[in-house]
Amino acid sequence: MSEDFFQGYKGDALEVLKKFSVRVWGQASVGTTRGRFTGTILPRSENDDDKHIVMKIPTGYNVGIDIRTILDMTETGYKKAVYKIPEKEFPYSEGLPNVKLIGTGGTIASRLDYRTGAVIPAFSPGELYGAVPELADICNLTTEKIFAVFSENMGPEQYKKLAVVIGQEIEKGTQGIVIGHGTDTLHHTAAALTYMVQDSPVPIILVGSQRSSDRPSSDAALNLMHACTAAGHGDIAEVLVCMFGPTSDEYAFLHRGTRVRKMHSSYRSTFRTVGDIPMATVTRAGVKPLKPIYNHRRTDHNVKILPYFEEKVSIVYYYPNMQPDIIDSLVDNGYKGIVIAGTGLGHVNKPIYPAIERAAKKGVHMYMTVQTLWGYVHMFVYDTGRDLMAKGIIPAENMLPEAAYIKLGWVLGQTDDPKEVRRLMLTPINDEITPREPYNGYLIYQGGVQEVEDFIRKFHK
Amino acid sequence: MPPSKAKDLLFFYLPMKKPFDPKANYLQTKKKTGYVPRQEATQETYDSIGFMSGLEVHQQLLTKEKLFCHCPAGIYNDSDVYDAEVIRHMRPTLSELGEYDGTALMEFKTKKNIIYRVKNETTCTYEVDDTPPFHINREALDISIMISLLSKLNIVGEVHITRKQYLDGSIPTGFQRTAIIGVEGEIPLKHKKVRLIQLSLEEDSCREISDIGHFRTYKTDRLGMPLIETVTYPDMVNPDEVKEACDYIRFLGRSTGKVRTGMGAGREDVNVSCQGGTRVEIKGVAHTKWIPELTHNECFRQWALLQIRDELLNRFPDYNHWKITSEPIHFHSFSFFYPPIVQAKKLKHKLIAVNLPGMKGILSHFTQPGKMFADEISDRLKVIACIEKPNMAHTEQCEPVIAEEDFAKIRSMLKAKENDAQIVFWGPAEDIPTALETIQERCMMAFAGVPKETRKSFEDGTTIFERVLPGADRMYPDTDSPPIPLEDEDIERLGKNLPAEVIERYQMMQTWGIPEDTYTYVFKKNLFPEIKRIVEELGIKPSFVGTFFGHKLKNAEGHYTPAAEFHYSLIYNLFKFLQQKGINLNYAARMLPMVYEHSKMDFESVLISLKFKKISKEEILSPVSFLKNKFSQIRYSESKEAETRWIMGQLYPLANGNMSLAELGTIVKQ
Repeated sequence: MSEDFFQGYKGDALEVLKKFSVRVWGQASVGTTRGRFTGTILPRSENDDDKHIVMKIPTGYNVGIDIRTILDMTETGYKKAVYKIPEKEFPYSEGLPNVKLIGTGGTIASRLDYRTGAVIPAFSPGELYGAVPELADICNLTTEKIFAVFSENMGPEQYKKLAVVIGQEIEKGTQGIVIGHGTDTLHHTAAALTYMVQDSPVPIILVGSQRSSDRPSSDAALNLMHACTAAGHGDIAEVLVCMFGPTSDEYAFLHRGTRVRKMHSSYRSTFRTVGDIPMATVTRAGVKPLKPIYNHRRTDHNVKILPYFEEKVSIVYYYPNMQPDIIDSLVDNGYKGIVIAGTGLGHVNKPIYPAIERAAKKGVHMYMTVQTLWGYVHMFVYDTGRDLMAKGIIPAENMLPEAAYIKLGWVLGQTDDPKEVRRLMLTPINDEITPREPYNGYLIYQGGVQEVEDFIRKFHK
Repeated sequence: MPPSKAKDLLFFYLPMKKPFDPKANYLQTKKKTGYVPRQEATQETYDSIGFMSGLEVHQQLLTKEKLFCHCPAGIYNDSDVYDAEVIRHMRPTLSELGEYDGTALMEFKTKKNIIYRVKNETTCTYEVDDTPPFHINREALDISIMISLLSKLNIVGEVHITRKQYLDGSIPTGFQRTAIIGVEGEIPLKHKKVRLIQLSLEEDSCREISDIGHFRTYKTDRLGMPLIETVTYPDMVNPDEVKEACDYIRFLGRSTGKVRTGMGAGREDVNVSCQGGTRVEIKGVAHTKWIPELTHNECFRQWALLQIRDELLNRFPDYNHWKITSEPIHFHSFSFFYPPIVQAKKLKHKLIAVNLPGMKGILSHFTQPGKMFADEISDRLKVIACIEKPNMAHTEQCEPVIAEEDFAKIRSMLKAKENDAQIVFWGPAEDIPTALETIQERCMMAFAGVPKETRKSFEDGTTIFERVLPGADRMYPDTDSPPIPLEDEDIERLGKNLPAEVIERYQMMQTWGIPEDTYTYVFKKNLFPEIKRIVEELGIKPSFVGTFFGHKLKNAEGHYTPAAEFHYSLIYNLFKFLQQKGINLNYAARMLPMVYEHSKMDFESVLISLKFKKISKEEILSPVSFLKNKFSQIRYSESKEAETRWIMGQLYPLANGNMSLAELGTIVKQ
């Protein structure tokens, strides 16, 4: 492939560069109607317009030059920048647990891409060690990148492959598994792995970061340290999500993979256990369980890997005035399962009843969850609920909509039999349905109230 | 160094074997450096040491909201008034060229816990880095373009938000969002032009509350306010020029009426070097009047460091193997009485003795007025190793804090030689390795000359080490913000309403004969437009108007507190009122304090309160012959002038406002 001298430039801007024979990474002097600019021509982000040329001026700042103002342009030098993250070999220490870090992409390990101006995934033990040397005091780390996709591109294929890879690692005797993952759909993957990897003898920790590792205030380093501590030293051998407890750099929570949800678009402390308390807190000193009952770490290498998934499953978020054709089109497109996130205790409006009846007749499996997130589906309280159950919708207790969606896909990947589907759906694997909701399982405090303000002032947020 | 070689060295500071006198050495090295107080320095003085200085002038813009979020700008709270605290740590990251930045590594070494005190009123989730930036504040962008145009800068075609790393924690993200608006401009000074490198629009940082040990606390009220930074080339060749350039840049901003004023609204970083020295940045100078003394001292500090370098290279031509040695020492083996050491013992801190081979006479070498080389080490122990001051004692203190017998014991323990110097320092056990590295590092830097660093300024004109000077490598494109195109129409529109340039105003005021001592005040308060309006519309003599503002109004501001907001346009109204009433304009000075204090009061009422009476010249002058007689009875002096003075004193309250005093004087004299 010939070298791209004009990375990211297109249209008019590309023509200008060609006309004056100036390359990306060339040092250039540009005369414009607004005066003269000198510096290095930088690649342009592909999504930006074709009316400007980007330049790094000698003080290190970037500026854009409007091509319509350009009078002359000369290349006075050329020096191509090569981006490299220093790699150092990850040291091995006798006596520390062997932890495997499986990379899927996302911002846990990333760097800048100058072509798109975006953050792209980057990953290797050497790079990680170069960036977070403290990891070497926690465990002996090996890494494997099985895919490099953003969180939103994770799907059934990736879940299945992850489950298989985890199974292989456990058989090999790895003492803890960390999965680096983008945060947006981290809880979907966590639920999927809970169903697909059962009775693991070692902790399986999913971790991400809310601030990319190219910034000094990134949570990536601390999250990785916490995750490696939980995976290598923790006693909770379950699929867990490990992310910041408070937004401060203090401690992380371990959340059960089926009860966790991303609750803020950008906060560091975005993951919360819903309807229960988190499993534990983690600091670099170790894991401190909050819940007394959990699956303990074992020394055997036995694990059940169940990598199934039916892709024709959907989740429908009910809203007032929803039309029946929403359900109809899913049925007509061959969907086999639908999870509904209903209002209140689990309701939808009457106009879509016929569509639901039609779906039930076609053998579509329908489960009801609540969009309130907290609380149980309770369809006996009102007539609408009873109507819906009569029409074939099964209440999914207090399963989170995402956990129910992933579970229905996993179940339908194994069986079509309504009875068996129902049995599998309603038999919890690891707390996706809990028999009770404790009082401290629902805590959304509101600011402004004196006792809450006192609490916020007293403890680091 | 082989001992035989050491014997050959000629130490300039003392004859061998006599007790070492640090004070004498300090004075001698001060003299050798050629230090003179600023009042005695001439351009020749500065030329001889190669004084060179450039500026980075920061100016907050007067906007309602912050730069990248919708929090209010310009609302401040006390340090102990806060709603929540957030704790963070800053890690160095890789620059786009794949290397760690020097400052970054130093800051990480310090392992600081950074605590942010957050007040809901002034801080949202953006400031604490829990929400990505909103669109840039367009009002701020426009103001920065206007000031760029006034600074004759080339305006960029597209504004690119860049991240500039700061690992001291002063910005919770670890970087400042900043963008270049214009490059390559110039400002005219009285006798020369100073070139400008660039002007950038950036977000202001947190205000530091405290920095003790491993904890640094900030408040976030100021964080994110829009700020412009004007950077000059190092074109200034003496301290006064630096101040002049700085004043010009600040007045230029103020002339738009769209920048903030008051404490902390304008701050300067001053870059200074001497010939053979290094660019050292004096950070956050709050008053321009401090600049001359600071730059003067910094230039001589560098010159002194070069003297030290020459002396050290003379002693150690091959210095690469120069190394400190150290030993922990026990409190109980010595009779330490110095309170900080006694305190350190109580805190179970470690006490370490360090030998600096061949450094005798260096520790007490002059660096700044009242400061010696040892202070450079102590400053770094505080900043890099997080050991609070006083953190060390040494063999060359003018007022020793460790007894000579104790030092003798320490010397024999360290197997020190005659020409070595010793430091004793103390601090928490975990900070000792960094402290030792820091001492070694600073001494090695002395062989090279002047370390690149930023320094913190003090009112007395001295500075202390603040941070290692960051390189250009700490810039990253901000992936959270798209570039903002600046169209020709936008720039033209903003260019239409530009105020006259400061230099034009300056020249105008000179032509008008307004005394120079009023200029700073007039520019600082942006009063030129008011003066001009009064001169042009009311036809009043410019020198009178200028003096009225620069002396009378300034005086009133210093002595009275207005009950309601005082607008400078009231002065125009006052003059117009007096003209209409046919009252002599001198009476404005009599009215001013009351007008200033009670800006809502109408002028008629002011006149009544002051018991002003409109009377004719004849009436005023009618008692003159009576008063002359009276004076002859009570006179205390024979002189005619005394008579005139006394009579004028008697008539002044009546005359003021009704006739000019000059005229009164002439008539009384006759």
